[in-house]
Amino acid sequence: MTLLLHDVTLTYPDGESRLTALDAVGLEVPAGTLTAVVGPSGSGKSSLLAVAATLVTPDSGRVVVAGRDTAPMSAAQKSALRREHIGIVFQQPNLLASLTAAEQLQVMAHLSGRPARQLRRRALELLDAVGLADKADKRPHQLSGGQRQRVNIARALMNEPTVLLVDEPTSALDHERGAAVLDLLVTLTRERSTATVLVTHDRAHLERMDRTVTMTDGRLADPVAAA
Amino acid sequence: MFVAWRDLRFAKGRFALMGAVVVLITLLVGLLSGLTSGLARENVSAVTGLPATHLAFAAPPGGQEVSFTRSQVPESAWRAWSGQPGVRSARPVGIRTTDAAAGERTAAVSVFGVEPAGGLAPRGLAPGQVVLSEKAAEELGGAKAGGTVRVGRLELTVAAVSGTAAYSHTPVVWADLRDWQRIGDPGTSPEAVATVVALDADGSADLAAGDRAAGTTVRTIAEALGAIGSYQAENGSLQLMRGFLFAISALVIGAFFTVWTIQRSADVAVLKALGAATPYLLKDALGQAVVLLAAGAGLGTALAAGLGALISGSDVPFVLDAPTVLVPAAVMIALGAAGAALSVRRITAVDPLTALGSAR
Ligand SMILES: Nc1ncnc2c1ncn2[C@@H]1O[C@H](COP(=O)(O)OP(=O)(O)O)[C@@H](O)[C@H]1O
Ligand SMILES: [Mg+2]
Repeated sequence: MTLLLHDVTLTYPDGESRLTALDAVGLEVPAGTLTAVVGPSGSGKSSLLAVAATLVTPDSGRVVVAGRDTAPMSAAQKSALRREHIGIVFQQPNLLASLTAAEQLQVMAHLSGRPARQLRRRALELLDAVGLADKADKRPHQLSGGQRQRVNIARALMNEPTVLLVDEPTSALDHERGAAVLDLLVTLTRERSTATVLVTHDRAHLERMDRTVTMTDGRLADPVAAA
Repeated sequence: MFVAWRDLRFAKGRFALMGAVVVLITLLVGLLSGLTSGLARENVSAVTGLPATHLAFAAPPGGQEVSFTRSQVPESAWRAWSGQPGVRSARPVGIRTTDAAAGERTAAVSVFGVEPAGGLAPRGLAPGQVVLSEKAAEELGGAKAGGTVRVGRLELTVAAVSGTAAYSHTPVVWADLRDWQRIGDPGTSPEAVATVVALDADGSADLAAGDRAAGTTVRTIAEALGAIGSYQAENGSLQLMRGFLFAISALVIGAFFTVWTIQRSADVAVLKALGAATPYLLKDALGQAVVLLAAGAGLGTALAAGLGALISGSDVPFVLDAPTVLVPAAVMIALGAAGAALSVRRITAVDPLTALGSAR
C-alpha cells in the first residue's frame, strides 16, 4: 500500500483540555488511485493531510508512506521523505514571490541536492503538462489565480512523488477553472501512478474519484456504505 | 543559495538600502582606522622604530606608572643592563621635546639623543651634528645637509636628512647623546644621563633581576607606548569610536535580518513543508547575509582606500596600507554575519504546518 493510515488519533492543545482533530482514522490509498475526502469545515480534513504529510506526529496510530513506517523517523528523515516521496498541493498556492514559474519547480530539485539547472527541462515539461508552457518565466504576481494553482500542482509533481496530497485546490477558483484543475489531477494521478488524496468541499465532481470518504468531527466514514 | 540569490535580486530595493548602510559604516570605519594609524605614527613611530625589544624606565616612586617625561636614568643603569645575561645590547636614549631653529624658522621637535656608534643612531650621526627627519627638515624651512640648526643653546651641523620618525606629534631630530645632555637647562647635573635604556633582550633574560640591578622598571615596546602621555587618550578614544561603529553595524544588520526573516517566515514554512532541511535553509539565509556584507564592505573599503589616497597626499595624518583597510572590512563582515546568524536562527522555529490549509 502506497499510503496507509491505521488507527490514527491526533489531538491539539485547547486551553486546559485537548481537542480531538482525528479520532481513530484509518485510510488506505493504492498507487494510481484518487481518494476524495469531503466534510464540513473544521472536521479534520487538513489535519488528515498534515499527518499523512509527516508535518505533524499523531498521538497514536501508524502512518506508512511509500512502504515506510514514519514513527521512528527523525525530523531530518521526515524532511527527506517529504522531498523524495510526498507531493503537497497547498490550499493557497504558496508560491515564492521571487521565483519564476519554472524556478518554483526547479527549487524542488535543488532541495534534494540535484542540479537545479539541469532539471529545467523537466520543469518545463511539467509546466507544459499543466498547460503553462508559455508562462515558465513569469513570477507569481504576473500569473492569474488559476495559473498559480496549476504551478502549485506541477511543483508537487517535480520530484516524482509516490503520494500526492491535495488540500482544497479549487476553493480559490471559479467553477470552470476548478473543474479544469480537478481534470488535471485525475489525469496526473493515472499517468504518474500516484496515491492521491484530495480534500474538497466541492461535491460536483465526486463521480470522477475512485473513492470518496466523509469526515465528520474527526471520524472517517464511507458515504457509499453509509447510504 | 537557490532562493537567496533570487530574493536578493527580487527585493533589490531593500537589500540596496541595507547594503548602502554597510558601505557607509565600512567607509567610516576605514577612514577612522587610517586616521588612527596616522595619528599613532606621528605619536610613536620613533619609539616603535627603535631596534629594541624593551625599554627600561627610571623606577617611578610610589607605584606610579612609568612616564617618558618623568624618567631619567643614570649611566650606571645602562652599564648594569649591559651585564645582564640574555640582554644582547643596552643603549641609552635621551628624549626631549624642545624648539629647534634654522635661520628665521623655528619648529617644535623631539630630540632623540643616542650614542653615534651605538647602533640606534641613523647613518652619518657624529658628535656636534644632527640628523633631521624629513618632516623636521621641512618645518625648518628645508634645512639640508651641511646647514646649521640651533637646538636649545647648541649650534649643530646637519649631517643628513632621513627617515620619517616622529614622537608625540613632533618630528624627530637625532643628536649625539652628549650633545643632547647639554641642550637642556644649565642646571642639569653633570652626571651622564638619558631618558630610557633601549634593551635588545632574548627570551632567556631575567628582566626582574635586571630591574633590581639597574634600579629601573622595564616595559615592552608596546607597553611603553602607554607611557607617552597623549598616546593612550588619543588612541583609546579613536578605538572606542571604532568599536561603537562595529557594534552599531552588527546591531543594524541583526535588526534588518530579523525583520527580513520574520517577513519571509511564510516562505520558510512552505519550503520546510516541501522537504527543505533546516540546515539547508540556514545556509541559504546566512549565505545571503554574507553576500550582502561582502558586497557592502568591499565597496566601502574601495571608497575608503580611494578617499584615503586623496587625504594622505595632504597634511592630514593618514596611513593607507593593507591592514588598516582590510582588517575593518573583515571585522565588519564577521560581526555582521554574527548579527545575521542570531536573527536567521529563528528559521529553526518556523512550523511547516502553518503552510498547510487555511491555517496560514
Ligand atoms: N495547529 C492547530 N492547533 C490547534 N487546533 C487546530 C490546529 N489545526 C487545526 N486545529 C483544529 O482542529 C480541528 C480540525 O481542523 P482542520 O483539520 O483544519 O479541519 P478542516 O480542514 O476540515 O477544516 C478544528 O477544530 C481546528 O480548529
Ligand atoms: Mg482545511
